[in-house]
Amino acid sequence: MLITCPYCGPRDVIEFTYQGDGNRKRPQPASQDLDAWNAYVYDRLNPAGDHNEIWQHSGGCRAHLRVVRNTLTHEILSTAFARGGHKTESRS
Amino acid sequence: MSPRRAETGGRIDRLRTIRFTFDGAPYTGHAGDTLASALLANGVTLFGRSFKYHRPRGLLSAGVEEPNALVTVLRGEVREPNIAATMVEIYDGLVALSQNRTPSLAWDIGAINQLGGKILSAGFYYKTFMGPAIGPLKGTRFWMLCEHFIRRAAGLGKAGTAPDPARYERMNAFCDVLVVGSGPAGLMAAKAAADQGARVILADLEAHFGGSANWSSETIDGMPATDWAQRTVAQLEGNDNVRLLPRTTVWGYYDGNTLAALERVTDHKEAAAKGEPRQRYWAIRAGTVVFATGSFERPLVFPGNDRPGVMLAHAAERYVNEYGVLPGQRVALFTNNDSAYRSAVALKKAGAAVVAIIDVRSDVSNEMRRLASEAEAELFAGHAVVATEGGKALTGLKVQRFDMMGGALGGDARSIHADCLLMSGGWSPTIHLASQAGAKAEWDPARQAFLPPQPRQRWIGAGAFTGSFSTAEAIAQGRAAGLRAAGGTASSAPLPAVEAAPGDPDPAPVFEIKAEGKSFVDFQHDVTAEDVRLAHREGFVSVEHLKRYTTLGMATDQGKNSNVPGLAIMAEALGKPIPEVGTTRFRPPYTAVSIGSLAAERFGDLKPERLTPMHDWHIANGATMCSAGLWYRPMIYGLAGETVEQAYVREAKATRESAGIVDVSTLGKIAVQGPDAAEFLDRVYTNMFSTLAVGKARYGLMLREDGLAFDDGTTWRLGEQDFLMTTTTANAGKVMQHLEYFLDVIWPELKLTVTSVTDEWAGAAIGGPNARAILASCVTGTAVDNATLPFMGIVHGQIAGVPVMICRLSFSGEMAFEVYSRAGYGTRVWEALIEVGKPFGLVTYGLEALGTMRIEKGHVTGAEIDGRTTARDLHLDWMLSKKKPFIGSAMMDREGLIAPGRLQLVGLISLDNRPFNGGAHIVEDLDEANPHGSIGHITACCYSPALGKYIALALVEGGNARHGTRAFVSDPLRNRFGPIEIVSNHFYDPDGSRMHG
Amino acid sequence: MAEYSAFSLLKNALTGNKDWKPAWRKPDPKASYDVVVIGGGGHGLSTAYYLAKEHGITNVAVLEKGWLGSGNVGRNTTAVRSNYLLPQNTRFYEHSMKLWENLSHDLNYNVMFSQRGCLNLAHTPAQLDDYARRGNAMRHLGVDAELMSVGQIKRLVPALDVSGSARFPVLGGLMQRRAGSARHDAVAWGYARGADRRGVDIIENCEVTGFLRDGGRITGVSTTRGEIRAKKVALAVAGSTGRVMQLAGISHMPIESHVLQAFVSESLKPIINTILTFGMGHFYISQSDKGGLVYGGDLDGYNSYAQRGSLPIVDEVMSEMVALFPGLARVRMLRSWGGVCDMTMDGSPIITTGPLPGMYLNCGWCYGGFKATPASGWCFAYTIAKDEPHEFNAPFTLDRFYRGLIIDDKGQGATPRLH
Repeated sequence: MLITCPYCGPRDVIEFTYQGDGNRKRPQPASQDLDAWNAYVYDRLNPAGDHNEIWQHSGGCRAHLRVVRNTLTHEILSTAFARGGHKTESRS
Repeated sequence: MSPRRAETGGRIDRLRTIRFTFDGAPYTGHAGDTLASALLANGVTLFGRSFKYHRPRGLLSAGVEEPNALVTVLRGEVREPNIAATMVEIYDGLVALSQNRTPSLAWDIGAINQLGGKILSAGFYYKTFMGPAIGPLKGTRFWMLCEHFIRRAAGLGKAGTAPDPARYERMNAFCDVLVVGSGPAGLMAAKAAADQGARVILADLEAHFGGSANWSSETIDGMPATDWAQRTVAQLEGNDNVRLLPRTTVWGYYDGNTLAALERVTDHKEAAAKGEPRQRYWAIRAGTVVFATGSFERPLVFPGNDRPGVMLAHAAERYVNEYGVLPGQRVALFTNNDSAYRSAVALKKAGAAVVAIIDVRSDVSNEMRRLASEAEAELFAGHAVVATEGGKALTGLKVQRFDMMGGALGGDARSIHADCLLMSGGWSPTIHLASQAGAKAEWDPARQAFLPPQPRQRWIGAGAFTGSFSTAEAIAQGRAAGLRAAGGTASSAPLPAVEAAPGDPDPAPVFEIKAEGKSFVDFQHDVTAEDVRLAHREGFVSVEHLKRYTTLGMATDQGKNSNVPGLAIMAEALGKPIPEVGTTRFRPPYTAVSIGSLAAERFGDLKPERLTPMHDWHIANGATMCSAGLWYRPMIYGLAGETVEQAYVREAKATRESAGIVDVSTLGKIAVQGPDAAEFLDRVYTNMFSTLAVGKARYGLMLREDGLAFDDGTTWRLGEQDFLMTTTTANAGKVMQHLEYFLDVIWPELKLTVTSVTDEWAGAAIGGPNARAILASCVTGTAVDNATLPFMGIVHGQIAGVPVMICRLSFSGEMAFEVYSRAGYGTRVWEALIEVGKPFGLVTYGLEALGTMRIEKGHVTGAEIDGRTTARDLHLDWMLSKKKPFIGSAMMDREGLIAPGRLQLVGLISLDNRPFNGGAHIVEDLDEANPHGSIGHITACCYSPALGKYIALALVEGGNARHGTRAFVSDPLRNRFGPIEIVSNHFYDPDGSRMHG
Repeated sequence: MAEYSAFSLLKNALTGNKDWKPAWRKPDPKASYDVVVIGGGGHGLSTAYYLAKEHGITNVAVLEKGWLGSGNVGRNTTAVRSNYLLPQNTRFYEHSMKLWENLSHDLNYNVMFSQRGCLNLAHTPAQLDDYARRGNAMRHLGVDAELMSVGQIKRLVPALDVSGSARFPVLGGLMQRRAGSARHDAVAWGYARGADRRGVDIIENCEVTGFLRDGGRITGVSTTRGEIRAKKVALAVAGSTGRVMQLAGISHMPIESHVLQAFVSESLKPIINTILTFGMGHFYISQSDKGGLVYGGDLDGYNSYAQRGSLPIVDEVMSEMVALFPGLARVRMLRSWGGVCDMTMDGSPIITTGPLPGMYLNCGWCYGGFKATPASGWCFAYTIAKDEPHEFNAPFTLDRFYRGLIIDDKGQGATPRLH
């Protein structure tokens, strides 16, 4: 699997660390809504198909990326910095 | 020259004689021979024993699909088992052994299994060996008794235990076009792509490029096909943009068009040249792959089809045309398709008598009849082979009239005297890699074969791989594929002309001849047609059940020979078309890959050794090192004759009495810098850092999101916007990643950076009543007195001319300082401290004494922050700020995390004055014979020189309420039981007067 | 007489093996059942078997989307052990172990459970303490465990490099002698046959495409072979839990699906006679009765339903293997494959009533599901029959995560790939 880091270019998956479901929403720090916190920490969208994920380019620039990847084919559809900004579409 | 070796022909070098041994007997062959061709030339017919029945077996094939002729190759003590003799290129001094036989290949006691006959049918293991349900052999015992003997009988070659001294190399490669297979299609593809200027890699698992051109007897461009192939290879060799990889098996197709290949660099040589690896593992990222992998000829299934001397038809062509070896003098052929007629002619030309061609089809074309006459063979159209004769070598066969429609046999059986029977059951395209790439193969009823699936990754097929079995088609498709892969446009230039024997590519749909006797489908695993039908009878009808129940296709050839015939027999039993039985999805590797090559030099990469700047000093000064994650750290600095306990007790005692110094460079260090650094730390730590004054440090605790304790350490405020965070050694990487995640994903609006600086700093912790005096006598540029450097204060100065940063903090509980210098100067500072410490009796201490002093103080480390404990469990709740939210604050008080009876941190004192062991458990009622009722466990233990007792830290259920009570240590693993007192974890100087000084 | 025995083998051999019956029937689905079990893998089949055997509930269908046993029961590395740290896990897996020890007799099917032991190698003093903690925890629950010295380990596994010059020298190990391995397919087939003979319908090539509901209650399933009503619908679809729960309208679960690769070498004469795990990486190995070395390592580390692995993990696993066994560098990897694992947030499974009325859920086996097969089915059958969990599976609730009652044997927290 090759993931295109917007900063470093296409790199082998070995350089990246998976950080899981990118759809999770962290409650506001002061939130006392325990169900929302629990959902954030424990519940995952786990689709068989396109999935929004967070990956870290831990063996490279260490940026976190938002990656859309297909969990059935491992095809990478797009990558972008998690902070926002540059996005790379790669579905052919 | 042996009688089986032709005077001319083939690519062997008859002037070069190679000497080798097989099962200890000396043989000779020629340069260019494989072990198979050389032994065959010497008249050897018996090459191996089958897995289950230990039946004698000869060569089935000439290539990578060989299921029978497996050998162990010896290089000194180093063994390489299960290598196909057809893939071993001989060299002087080659030592090869046959396998799975006792005492010898010719006389194998295991052959007694053949007497088991129908009892040892498919799946018989599942129906027996269960033994009695009661008595001494109940449960699993009877099976294990039987299994002991079964395991010895099973297995093929024997692996060695001597370490393999060979070097394996890994290579990452990138190309525009990877061409797999170098037959006419592959060569054309490589040439076309290379001419477009593409970066091309051409790989072939054989030693010589050319594929079928090397043995087909065809002509291309007016010259023998093999010459055309060599000319094309020569043209490719001249190109800078082409890399040629012979002896290279592309075995895996992974995501992102990454292909894995194994190059056998020196296996064919007597000795590797200097610097040459044994094998090279290629990870190739290809723009486009061209599969020109050809096809496999299929065996036919009929009684006695496994007798030595029965061989695939094209294999015989290869032995004749590539090696100049005749597999027999009197050759018969048995076929369901036209390709075998070409083989018959080739054998005839090489000097064999072709005594018969038995064709299951009654309507053999005139062209084939002409080829049969050319081979001077008697043609038995509408006939089938129903038996073979001979012992360890074929002597003859029986044929009978055969009705292709119903499969019925009729008429009298006729015997034919022959020493070699060639068979052809049609051809299966080699689609394994394409199948690995993700899609399902498609059955072609005309070709009677699975054709490649629609591509999901970027590959193009050409030649026999696509089911186009003629060389002319291969050449056209190869060029087209190469052009397309390189992004070029179709060429109208004329294609090389091919002269080839005629033939219809479609075989008759006949896979099995049903007659009395064992008909083998999977040769190595001894799976017969009857076994397939038994699987059907018992309901194991899907292709995967068939495989798993009978082990068909699970042998070292991975079904290359047996897959389609097995499916066909099952389909017939079911009365369904073949594709409805299912298709096997092929998995990596295409052929077996040495584990050494895959490991190639990677272990060091994946598990680097981490050494502190003072590592060499520790070694030179008598430290006993131990692993701490990837790091090496001194465990003790033992004196002659000291036990570990004596050493750490001495070190700890000396530290508490005077001073000690320890290397703390392994602590994780993270620079947290920026306008929002303080705010960020307030969020990630449970306690406040924004209130920390510049020039001061504070102990901090982090929780995970789920509210459990994560890591602890001190963080130093070096400037208004500049913090140096320290973490535990074990969690340095995890904490860094945790911080980066929050900065990038959760709070991108915060303005700060985090930088791992662990390796930038060398750290020495010096503690004890004299620590300050020692520092005072060597530090310049700053005072270190209480006013200048109070507890948790930070100063900058120099030691031995090296700038240092000193923080007064204590893990040992003594008046202590951590001295940080740039990593490159760590040893210089360390040595300077030791030098000035000498008059004070300064000792170096290792992890054991460090642990001892922290246990005495009741500090926690990774043994207590084990991912299951909370701040409250560890009495760190005083650090949980109520003034602000922090990571984990919302989750830390959930029901399960504040339940009574949780494991809580306590201290233990041994009441029988005997040492504890880490990992021992605590019980209220001691029962040595039948331990039960654990209420907790020891996390760390030592002899405490300060207390004069054996003590421990422990996590105990409801531990807070147990202080002052008695219990027992229960350690059945080490047979250590005894009374204990449960106390507070703060054993020593609980109010901290020593460190505050 | 038992259907399968040495005698029946002999008798059938004399009649040309023509009289063997199918191991299980191939019935068409009925319109309704008392219990429909979704998933014809090890856990679903053992659930059906114990429903029939222990609770007399035989009007049961097991629905399998492909061929029986096509999921993880046929893709694992066959280890059976109960060497856990936390008592909730140890009690459950020890119950499983006890069922394993008599399973071949119980099923009249030789599942080839061989108690050759499982040895966890320790490479640092801290790790040895950790293993001692675990072993002692096991001993205090009546489960066998012992520490082995380097000398004992060398005698047991002569091919292992126990030299001090190894990157991570072996300091000792934790051995559970009653652990071992079994023939994975046989477990599926044995349970299938046992359930079938007790009247359970095993229906292959029957994929669930939706759930039937009456109000909020699950009343059956729609499948590629028609609608099937059921009083109780039980899910045992580890590896596909996310997909099937989605059909029930539940989009989020405390589960990620991850690929785990496994490898087998060519057949060798016996060289490793126990299950062995490496402590400084994620590597385990044993040798099958056929002689293949069966081994594996870490998860690929990202969500996947693809049953195909990535190359970096291949390299890592092999490198760890050679580090432990330098003599096996010339042995060859014959086959590799991937299985999709339900990785939970604490590494422990879920066997529970609900989460919807009429539904029962068995999932989250991470990569330890094979050894759990007997107890999982046994406990799930109990839970389905009684509408409440047995004490062995009572801790394995779905709500334990929210409540903070996590069972985290590895202490890794809610990062599934690290369990």
